[in-house]
Amino acid sequence: MNGAQQTVIYEQAMDLRFLDEIYRIPGGEKIKDCIQCGTCSGSCPVSWAMEETPRQVFAMIRAGMRDKVLDSLTIWTCASCYQCAHRCPQEIKITDIMYMLKRMAIRENRQRSKKANALSRIFVELVNKNGRNHETTLMVRFMLAANPFGAVSAAPIGLSLYTHGRLPLFGRKVRDVQGLRKIVAKAQELGGE
Amino acid sequence: MRYAYYPGCSLEATGRPYEKSVSAVADALGMELLELEDWNCCGATAYMSVNEILSFCLSARNLCQALKTGDTLVTPCSACYTNLRKTESYMSEFPEMKKKVDEALAEAGLRYDGGVVTKHFLQAVMEDAGVDRIVSRIKRPLTGLRVAPYYGCQIARPYGIEDDSDNPTMLDRLLTLIGATPTYYPMKTVCCGGSLMGTREDVALRLCRNLLMCAEQYDAQCIAVTCPLCQLNLDAYQNAINKAYGTRFNLPVVYFTQLMGIAFGMDWKGVGLRECIVPAKAMAEQFA
Repeated sequence: MNGAQQTVIYEQAMDLRFLDEIYRIPGGEKIKDCIQCGTCSGSCPVSWAMEETPRQVFAMIRAGMRDKVLDSLTIWTCASCYQCAHRCPQEIKITDIMYMLKRMAIRENRQRSKKANALSRIFVELVNKNGRNHETTLMVRFMLAANPFGAVSAAPIGLSLYTHGRLPLFGRKVRDVQGLRKIVAKAQELGGE
Repeated sequence: MRYAYYPGCSLEATGRPYEKSVSAVADALGMELLELEDWNCCGATAYMSVNEILSFCLSARNLCQALKTGDTLVTPCSACYTNLRKTESYMSEFPEMKKKVDEALAEAGLRYDGGVVTKHFLQAVMEDAGVDRIVSRIKRPLTGLRVAPYYGCQIARPYGIEDDSDNPTMLDRLLTLIGATPTYYPMKTVCCGGSLMGTREDVALRLCRNLLMCAEQYDAQCIAVTCPLCQLNLDAYQNAINKAYGTRFNLPVVYFTQLMGIAFGMDWKGVGLRECIVPAKAMAEQFA
């Protein structure tokens, strides 16, 4: 956050239920133990590329800054490497809270990172349909969805993988795809938080 | 040594050289890998950002399948490994979550109540095949080869291998066993960016640039990896990194199993080194 441009956010704009939403994931209530030490931000390999660092995000969650957190590029910059969670002295499942924030943002159709949304959507479609991720299809569909004009610049990498036998044209499916789809349907019905 | 073997989706595509070398090395060590029956995707990191219950169901289904084969599940992929172990941990730590997973699995007539030990292939090699057996298979020790031991992020983390999380040494020890010299590699557990290479390429390219730079500064002749996504990012994107940063990296990024294969006297093509984008032939042929 750039101090000079920072605007004051008044209490009326806060959603104090935000914290309760975080409490709903397994282990989520530990967020109240956060001591704002900044070990997460210091350990994060990508905090330099975030809008707010993980420590700031946690302060914002507790302050009820729901929109600002869910619309932040920060959650889409987390690579899920677990370094923060591993080092957190309060044993907060930081990576999993980041996952939770991503799920909330996707569910509310917040399009802050079109690419990340596209990747998740296509990946989940493929897995729900076939039970497996066929990487060639994922790459092609993702490229076309996320950045059709950038596909030209990414083509050499795809081509070299293909010529090295690393992007087969056909993928294998799960045999009991019906059973898997039943599990998917039930899990979706159960919520999925 | 019988295992339910879970290759995972990457090993059928971008991780093909890993698949080849894992099979070859397992054969040589007398490790019987029985492919996990009708396995499904582990959900990687993308699925968890869409549906949490379902991502646990995916791994739980694989764990159910493993029980049909035996009680030890082995996977060479760090993401698959982490998701399996994480699922196992959540099922025992959070009964509410387990109840939901049980309910969803029941739709397909499945239930998982524990009983599977999940190992990364690196662990299985070091703990089960063991030092003596590995040493006995060596025909061409990789004497003089300086290798940066890169563990990547996930196997060194909360759901990772039993090793020092900040300074794991399992891969270092393996490299030493096969005659190579593991270099000092302070970035050995720093993340490569994973799927950010697709969604925030600028960020992932920089992380990978730093990893390559660090390996080069300690005079590594190649980087050994344990994860198909790390390999893909560091190998297939090395040229893109050179373009973006004006660097001239030409560092082979190979699976630890490929180095084992070379040390065991196997042909470089047989362990999938021809499928590496940054040419690894010259490095391999020093030991032919």
